[in-house]
Amino acid sequence: MRSVFARRCLSALAFALILYVLLAAAPPMHAQGGEPQYFAIRGVRVVPVSGPPVENATVVMAHGVLTAIGKDVAIPPDAWIIEGKGLTVYPGLFDSFTDVGLPAAAPAPGATGEGGGGGRRAAPTGEVSRGPEDRPSTTPWRSAADEVSLSDKRIESWRNGGFTTVVSAPKGGMFPGQAAVLDLAGDRASDMVVKAPVAIPVSLQPGGGFGNFPGSLMGALAYVHQVWVDTYWSTEALAVYEKNPRGVARPRYDHTEAVLGEALEDHTLVLIPANNSVQLRRALQLVDLWKLDDGDHVDGAIYGGQMAYEVADEIGAKKPPVPVLVNLKWPEAEKDTDPDEKPSLRTLRFRDKAPSSPAALAKAGVKFAFYSGGITAPKDILKAAKKSIDAGLAPEAALRALTLTPAEIYHVADRLGSIETGKIANLVLADGDLFDEKTKIKMVFVDGKRFETHEPEKPKDPPKGNLTGKWKLSYTTPEGPEESTLDLDMATDGTLSGTTSSKRGTGSILSGYLSVDKFSFTINIPIEGNPTDVVFTGTFDGATLKGNIDVMGYSIEFTGAKAAPPSAATSDSAVHNPSSNDSIAAGGAL
Amino acid sequence: MRIPSTLTQNRSLAAIVLGTCGLAFSFSARAAASPDAPPVILIQNATILTVSHGTIEHGSVLIKDGKIVEIGASIKAPKDAQVVDAAGQFVIPGIIDCHSHIAVDGSVNEGSVSVSSIVNIADVLNPDDIDIYRDLAGGVTVANVLHGSANSIGGQTVVIKLRWGQPAAKLPFEGAVPGIKFALGENPKRSNFSLPGATPRYPTTRMGVEETIRTAFVEARDYKKTWDDYDKRVAAGDKNAIPPRRDLRLDPLVEVLEGKRYVHAHCYREDEILMLLRVAKEFGFKVRTLQHVLEGYKVADEIAAAGTGASTFSDWWAYKVEAYDAIPYNAALMTRRGVIVSINSDDAEEATHLNQEAAKTMKYGGLTHDEALKLVTINPAIQLGIDKRVGSIDVGKDADLVIYNHDPLSAYAVVQKTLIDGRVYFDRQRDIADRGAREMEKKALMEKEKRAGEKKPDATIEIGKRPGAKPEEKKSEEKPKPPQADAVSGGAL
Repeated sequence: MRSVFARRCLSALAFALILYVLLAAAPPMHAQGGEPQYFAIRGVRVVPVSGPPVENATVVMAHGVLTAIGKDVAIPPDAWIIEGKGLTVYPGLFDSFTDVGLPAAAPAPGATGEGGGGGRRAAPTGEVSRGPEDRPSTTPWRSAADEVSLSDKRIESWRNGGFTTVVSAPKGGMFPGQAAVLDLAGDRASDMVVKAPVAIPVSLQPGGGFGNFPGSLMGALAYVHQVWVDTYWSTEALAVYEKNPRGVARPRYDHTEAVLGEALEDHTLVLIPANNSVQLRRALQLVDLWKLDDGDHVDGAIYGGQMAYEVADEIGAKKPPVPVLVNLKWPEAEKDTDPDEKPSLRTLRFRDKAPSSPAALAKAGVKFAFYSGGITAPKDILKAAKKSIDAGLAPEAALRALTLTPAEIYHVADRLGSIETGKIANLVLADGDLFDEKTKIKMVFVDGKRFETHEPEKPKDPPKGNLTGKWKLSYTTPEGPEESTLDLDMATDGTLSGTTSSKRGTGSILSGYLSVDKFSFTINIPIEGNPTDVVFTGTFDGATLKGNIDVMGYSIEFTGAKAAPPSAATSDSAVHNPSSNDSIAAGGAL
Repeated sequence: MRIPSTLTQNRSLAAIVLGTCGLAFSFSARAAASPDAPPVILIQNATILTVSHGTIEHGSVLIKDGKIVEIGASIKAPKDAQVVDAAGQFVIPGIIDCHSHIAVDGSVNEGSVSVSSIVNIADVLNPDDIDIYRDLAGGVTVANVLHGSANSIGGQTVVIKLRWGQPAAKLPFEGAVPGIKFALGENPKRSNFSLPGATPRYPTTRMGVEETIRTAFVEARDYKKTWDDYDKRVAAGDKNAIPPRRDLRLDPLVEVLEGKRYVHAHCYREDEILMLLRVAKEFGFKVRTLQHVLEGYKVADEIAAAGTGASTFSDWWAYKVEAYDAIPYNAALMTRRGVIVSINSDDAEEATHLNQEAAKTMKYGGLTHDEALKLVTINPAIQLGIDKRVGSIDVGKDADLVIYNHDPLSAYAVVQKTLIDGRVYFDRQRDIADRGAREMEKKALMEKEKRAGEKKPDATIEIGKRPGAKPEEKKSEEKPKPPQADAVSGGAL
């Protein structure tokens, strides 16, 4: 039986749908010719990345492609002219490894019952994997290009942060699927795909635990090795069989081998995780392990790379070269930890030196690109890149790692990554140097389409108090009492960021602030399968939160209190209700 | 022809690790931690316990290029030699721990399957494990790093030198025969590890353990035959032969059948010990060592006759049912019946005082001083097939040496220096001297982090900062583990 809440949500949804249909009935803007196909940015400072900056130049684009760049170029008569005085235009930024554009609630492989499409399927959750032949957590046939969706709110927020292009890959498992280069705009989801597949990410996280193979790092390494061995074998065995099938037992078909065999033939990049020096050295050896006698090898790239300051020279000496995707989510001290627990010297050194890794890689001649890693607010990506500049990286090199180098690594530099005639018209217009904190991104072009950027809501007055920390929110829906946890970070000006999680899903804060004692923040979570904005507003009395949650035209009251540290919570429940069913129920609702 | 090397020869990450030992690596960040490598060291005025040829009082050992080049009553110091005056101190060959689980990145068990021979400890060596340094400080220079005992046939294993500060590729003992872990009894049948409600993993009896091992070797024998047949067909010019699929799980078992890989079998009871010796005989391979082998004293003659080594604990018992019949006389009794016996740690903390563990056999069973010392030096070297290189103080052997302030079999003995390949990897005085600087650096870095966290004026800087993910899985450097607890859970696992 559907609950009242769900029904209300549904009716709100139905209304939204009607509205959408009404709006959609009107012909789209560009079909009327309202959206121009020609743009010219005049009098602008151009940082092409592929060459030196040009002052006071003109950039012309037509039908999504850059057609002319220079001091004296003719502006087509139809062009929409943008006065670029005081502005700088950069190539659109490139996030070299993420899942932006892929909805969080992607269908679980195997759970759909057709993930395998023949041969052996990945063992769905709950099924026991007893060895490599069960192909645990392996879905290389999943394709980012197929799963891409415009409903991901991060498309817009990444674009507002100056990112026009990403390499996105499905998540989950040791062979999660195939990555694609996506442009962050389009009328239809598939419009976003620039090239696919461009990479096969590998993860060495053993998902199994004690009951499922693999349950250890060495198990994951052995498994991935066996998969490559099987893939080579299957190519070889099939070739022999095809020549003379009569009287020979047919080599069995395996979906994983078929997909990976094709990818290897196409020299699709294989992404290997490696963050610390032990992992980085191991990754260099894995590239050697996963190769053929006749010189054929997997085209390996590393993702992680934060301790590269220790091993940059070894990476640089590697033949054939192994590029590195550097995770910009620098290691930091964890918040809310036991203050008596002191980190080891090695951990402290790592946190201190991680941002110097890009400079070390640059010095060693390693090709490297940046990716957002766990960063949730796109503005922070540039700030994290700035840290590597502060740690010795040339600003030009940092910019290149966010533009042309990732395009080169993924073999799309012939169409992306720099401001050159003939390339895709992906541009960022800023009112200053990109790595300057005061610089604002004014406009973004994706595939020659113009987007004004939206600054997130700003607090009007300084905040009173600090909301940083973990909060427990309680509210009552017509379905009954519910709770969610809120992990907030507040900047000194009151700007909020963070995540929430409840049984309805996990979402990042899109924008929010605390102004004096009034707070407001918006998250986006899937409700009934649709990404939905949820707005929290209210007041902060210095200790607790009180206010309303607005979702799909429906408003409910909530209260919030600081979540107790885990140890305290345990002892609490032990004291208060050692055997109470309530505590279990409350736990279940979480 | 496009035949992958991975199909035609046995390659593993471990092989590549060994193959790339010559790899140039940067010392930039490690220079401080890396020990000096003086070309020539002379240790003099020491009591030298050679293990192989008695004790030399007020003796000297000369080291060149990482090897022992001269041993004698008095050796004149060559020019440029670094002289270590060890007056009143004792020099022994580096301690060899025949059963260790240090320096492993991630779990030491691939516990999901009963035959986990596909995994290899050599693939996941972690040179940053602080236990390497701690064991060095206890005089250990070589460790047989084993997979856990959750499986009838466990993972592949590797012998390492404790070259602290060097990358993983530099740890393996060059040329040492690789091993594989077997396990019998309660651990592989998961007697003490079942979760309520979970389906138990086969096998759950000792009979099942035997059957699991036999089945795996029948499979390995068939697999080898398939390859032999294929090779014959190819040699005969058959172009339509489809190569067999290479099975990384069976490859190491074929190596066992071919005598290219040592079996190190975790065991307790006499019945299972005899069972394994029978199965090995049936398939024509040797069990290189029986590990723990707490009831070995009951079947010492059979173990000796099989040419199998025994690596046992000094005095741990009764921590589970199959350990009830353990006695501290085990090592001595097996030694007296002609078994090559070693005392192992199975635990990073225990490994820091293996000298004392060896000494216990003088009380329990009356081994001589020399016999006791052999249990942690030349005997484990013989068991691991590395006795030509290490295990005693002889000219030509690796300069893997430990200097103690007292007789190493005394409870007062403290390691002063540990050398591997003629390089000082642990120096007690230097360690003590460096502590202040490390504390200072730690403090300074924590202060720096604190300041960065408090940085105010530019509010935008800290927007959206979220707690960082744990940078690396690392054991706490602060908390030593209780040895007995580990012996039962971590160690025996």
